[in-house]
Amino acid sequence: MKNNNDLLSIENLHTFYELRRWGFIKTGNVRAVDGVNLQVKKGEAISVVGESGCGKSTLAKTVLGLVEPTDGKIVFDGKNISHMGKEEMKWYRAKVGYVQQDPYGALPPFMTVKKILEEPMTINGIHDPREQTRHIHEGLTELKMTPVEQFLNKFPHMLSGGQQQRVVIARATIMNPKLIVADEPVSMLDASVRVEILELLRELQEEHELAVIYITHDLSTVSYFSERIVVMYGGKIIEEALVDDLLKNPLHPYTKALLEAISDPDGANVKTFKKVPGGEPPNLLNPPPGCRFHPRCEFRIEGLCEKEEPEDFFPEENHRVECWLYKE
Amino acid sequence: MRELLSRFKDIREYPSAIIGIVIILFLIGLALYALISIPYSEAVRLWRGAEAMWIENPRNARPIWMDWFTPASLPRTIIRDTKDDPGAKEIIPLTDELSEIIVTLSFDYQYDDFPREISLFLTAEYEDNRPFVTFLWRTPDGREYELRDQSISREDAYRISQDERLRRQLGGILPHTGLFMDPNAEQPTPLKGEYELVIEGLVFEEGADLDVRMIAYGRIHGIAGTDHRRRDISVALLWGTPVALAFGFLAAVGTTILTMIIAATGSWYRKWVDGLIQRITEVVMILPILPILVMIGTMYSRSIWVLLGAIILLGLFSAVIKIYRAMFIQVRESPFIEAARAYGASGPRIIFRYMIPRIIPMLIPQFVILIPTYVFLEATLAMLGLADPLLPTWGKVLYDAQHQGALYMGHYYWVLLPSFLLIITGLGFSMLGFALDRIFNPRLRRL
Repeated sequence: MKNNNDLLSIENLHTFYELRRWGFIKTGNVRAVDGVNLQVKKGEAISVVGESGCGKSTLAKTVLGLVEPTDGKIVFDGKNISHMGKEEMKWYRAKVGYVQQDPYGALPPFMTVKKILEEPMTINGIHDPREQTRHIHEGLTELKMTPVEQFLNKFPHMLSGGQQQRVVIARATIMNPKLIVADEPVSMLDASVRVEILELLRELQEEHELAVIYITHDLSTVSYFSERIVVMYGGKIIEEALVDDLLKNPLHPYTKALLEAISDPDGANVKTFKKVPGGEPPNLLNPPPGCRFHPRCEFRIEGLCEKEEPEDFFPEENHRVECWLYKE
Repeated sequence: MRELLSRFKDIREYPSAIIGIVIILFLIGLALYALISIPYSEAVRLWRGAEAMWIENPRNARPIWMDWFTPASLPRTIIRDTKDDPGAKEIIPLTDELSEIIVTLSFDYQYDDFPREISLFLTAEYEDNRPFVTFLWRTPDGREYELRDQSISREDAYRISQDERLRRQLGGILPHTGLFMDPNAEQPTPLKGEYELVIEGLVFEEGADLDVRMIAYGRIHGIAGTDHRRRDISVALLWGTPVALAFGFLAAVGTTILTMIIAATGSWYRKWVDGLIQRITEVVMILPILPILVMIGTMYSRSIWVLLGAIILLGLFSAVIKIYRAMFIQVRESPFIEAARAYGASGPRIIFRYMIPRIIPMLIPQFVILIPTYVFLEATLAMLGLADPLLPTWGKVLYDAQHQGALYMGHYYWVLLPSFLLIITGLGFSMLGFALDRIFNPRLRRL
């Protein structure tokens, strides 16, 4: 699916956390991201889903340059970010926004909203106070935090969770970035606010032609948001497809289980039991050989799945899956 | 910052904090008063100057206000000088060259206790021949004592209190007691009334002159009394205030703020930076600070500012670095730091704008409580004889008091006044500090 209008192209990305004993003897690696290929087009919103510990947050942090990749390439707008100098890295950081999970923790508690929003501009070379004020007004108005003056001098703890998250989004978008990485942006919010925040993100995305990587463990929020969906398991992407295709026709056994687990507010659910794959998520320090899902998979092909890592298969157009079941 | 200030407003709810602030303001006022009313050079002169500086002060006198608490009125210093009162001098020419000068110094004595000492200071003007003087003492009831006759030099003093012959003449009683004693009283009490000291001088040259100054030293002087060298203790107490506050404040600033920056730098850059800082800290932790300071004081310099520098230097890598580091490591992992990195904040910016502001509220109370610790340390060093050679400080007053056996001699004001100032300094800062601790660390409020 590689293409020339790709804004971001991740090729064979590996991010390992080294484990050391006594500070210098290497005793192993936590293979948090282990060979990920992913392309994001300009203005495209994609979702990355997966359970806790599957490496999706590490993927986000590697893309943001917060964690050094062990191997592989991240190409943004034609430039490889792992070979960037200080100046270029600064340019890159201004072009990528970061929305975190915990809105209260993401805002420095000792700064006012105004100061919080000024910081990225001051760091990235917008020093004129009038221009800063203009950007802040535009940003907050877009996020429907009006009247703006009412919020400028408030501290984060004086705002509600939804307002805090809007400030976080305003901060991430104030430099007019091309890409937003949103790491579970609504999982800590009240259910009533979630949709509102997601819709705001969606509006921003459409208006500014933003590319968004939306990371979540909650499949039910995905359809609000994105065109494409990527499923991660054990540090790898196991399935990638358009949202509708994936939701209607999941191919990988893990994706199927994940979709099964979506809870609906339906009275019938009280009495039904959901089929959840047994076992634990894989230990990334020492991942199982072959397919990482095989110890929990009910469709396992003995003699193949536990020995050889599955390749990419394309059973449908624009639908990639890493599973031996779809070997032609 | 504004949030920080708004939290300070909560202070009103803590009476202890208000008392603390009042005490601190009082000390600051005292310090400012000292700095304005007695300039530095003047203070050094008043404290280090020669004997002549304090000649008019009584030795070991109590503070004046002690008089208010005793039913008897204690004598104050009485000074009579012919230079101030030319009418007391009468010149009778006898021949061309010879003339007689009669000086009559009279004073009204209405106190219930004897003076501490009496001294006469004489100045004479002559070419070759010294004047010859006779001293006469008249009591209010008309008795007359011939104290002594002698020829005097240009600058001469007659310390009546130390005149052994006169003492024998008075039946073994100290002259300044015997001359004032009421002969009819059963207990030794001073006779009240008009005393007269008559000095009859014979000068043997034309134009020769004689001036006399009498000082009857009292038993109370100044607001803080005097010490064994007649120095006014209030000078040291007043000037000790700005010195103590500056020392405590600068030492606390030096150690907390610089230590905090070092700890933040280490915990942000990790790796060898952190390792180095931690190893240095561990070495400094086992250094005995007080003996090192004593060594610096004895072998290098006793200047208070050198000691302050040494304290800050030794305090930079003190054990608190470990505590700060623990706090910073927690802050370092906060999502807002990660966000700041994501929008490109540099290391120093993160340290100064994000990490340090986060823990400053927790440090303000510690900082306030730390100030008196260093004030006490300075007093301790002074007690060990390592006081600044020039500046008067509280510790030095205590040192003198100890060495002169002040408590044994009954001069308790000498020990109590500097101790009182030290105690209220500790009390003021601690009361404010503990209240601030509750305001800034609300989890403590429940305890």
